[in-house]
Amino acid sequence: MIEIKDLKKSFGELQVLKGIDLTVNNGEVLSVIGSSGSGKSTLLYCINALEPIDSGSILVDSISVHDKATDVNKLRQKIGMVFQQFNMFPHLTAQENVALAPRKVKKMSKKDAMDLAARQLEHVGLGEKVDSYPSALSGGQQQRVAIARALAMEPSYMLFDEATSALDPELVGEVEDTMRMLAKEGMTMILVTHEINFARDVSDRIAFFHQGRMEEINSPDQLINHPASEHTAKFLSNVR
Amino acid sequence: MDYEFLWRPVFQALPQLLKASLVTIEVSILSMAIGLVIALFLFFARDSNVWFARFFANIWIEIARNTPALFQLFFFKFGLGAIGIIIDSYITVVMALAFNTAGYMAETFRGGFKAIPNSQLNSARSLGMTFVQAQCYVVIPQVLRAVWHPMTNQFIWVMLLTSLGMLVGLRELSGETQFLYSKTFRAFEFFAVTALIYYCIAKLMLLLFRLIAWRLFRGQ
Repeated sequence: MIEIKDLKKSFGELQVLKGIDLTVNNGEVLSVIGSSGSGKSTLLYCINALEPIDSGSILVDSISVHDKATDVNKLRQKIGMVFQQFNMFPHLTAQENVALAPRKVKKMSKKDAMDLAARQLEHVGLGEKVDSYPSALSGGQQQRVAIARALAMEPSYMLFDEATSALDPELVGEVEDTMRMLAKEGMTMILVTHEINFARDVSDRIAFFHQGRMEEINSPDQLINHPASEHTAKFLSNVR
Repeated sequence: MDYEFLWRPVFQALPQLLKASLVTIEVSILSMAIGLVIALFLFFARDSNVWFARFFANIWIEIARNTPALFQLFFFKFGLGAIGIIIDSYITVVMALAFNTAGYMAETFRGGFKAIPNSQLNSARSLGMTFVQAQCYVVIPQVLRAVWHPMTNQFIWVMLLTSLGMLVGLRELSGETQFLYSKTFRAFEFFAVTALIYYCIAKLMLLLFRLIAWRLFRGQ
């Protein structure tokens, strides 16, 4: 379970998160929507301690993420993250990309890690691309490798930071399908996304962020068809 | 002009010259290897939030890049010698060239690290890697590729700079040549052949670097 309490975060003068309270239950898929600069990506970076916070708290399985005593390297193994930019390591093959962290962080033997990587790549439908370098893969395939790479650490949570928004339109589908598959398998996920239709299909709840606040959180049907806030309604009418 | 070329003494001395070449190669590899490691530390020191580390790294880089390599060498030999620290010529040359090359490579690394997007570090950290692991397995291999060509140049440059060794009494290739010339007075012949040997070493090293690059960066 991820419990966020009164989370505040600023970049210099600019306060990007103005007190967020949010709980994500195990097995839940939560989508976060909102215009650029609403703080939704920052939220994800705070959850796995890639960004420090100003005040409030984030508990992941009751462990306080930003507590000085917390071993963030250990904590991050629980929390997989896929970024907007394609972040495959360009000097490694797909299989080596996936096997790297299990080898170095979990100290698996090379053979076990490579086997695990092959299985994970198979899982995201890239079984025949194990030996390909990123330069030989499409953006969609690279994102799926990034998903397999995060899954290889056997995380309890997956964070997706606009994982499809840098993709060519015809490649969005394959990555969404992979995310959909994870959701079906019961992975707890937070998706920051601009794809409202995808969010509606895959999510248990959708949160709408507006200027650093969580304006509204509700079931997809309620939030999209009967938004309670005028900001939500305005945002939805603009993106559709 | 009635200088008569006389090559026989050079050919007779060829084994000695080739043996001295090995010293040249050794000193080059050692100073470059040590210099590279120090350069990495200088880069991180200059990027750190410890003011003393930044200060120290900046001073090093400034001196290394903006004073003659010869003076740096003389400092380690005669400067330290004057205050009673006497160091063997071989080690002096390695120290001075490592000092010099670390300064240059720290600058080169800066460009190389800048070329790697921060998101690479973030995604490595998000997998649970420590900062050092992320640098060693994800960032530095990419930096290495980005700086490969300037690094190759620097290596050749260091190899040629080892010729300064003769001024502090090291019998590397130039030192040996100087020694043989003073015995035979065949200046032109000796230095011409030595220049040719330097050229061959440089070409050999280039080839070696290209082979390593081919092995290291295939597929990318």
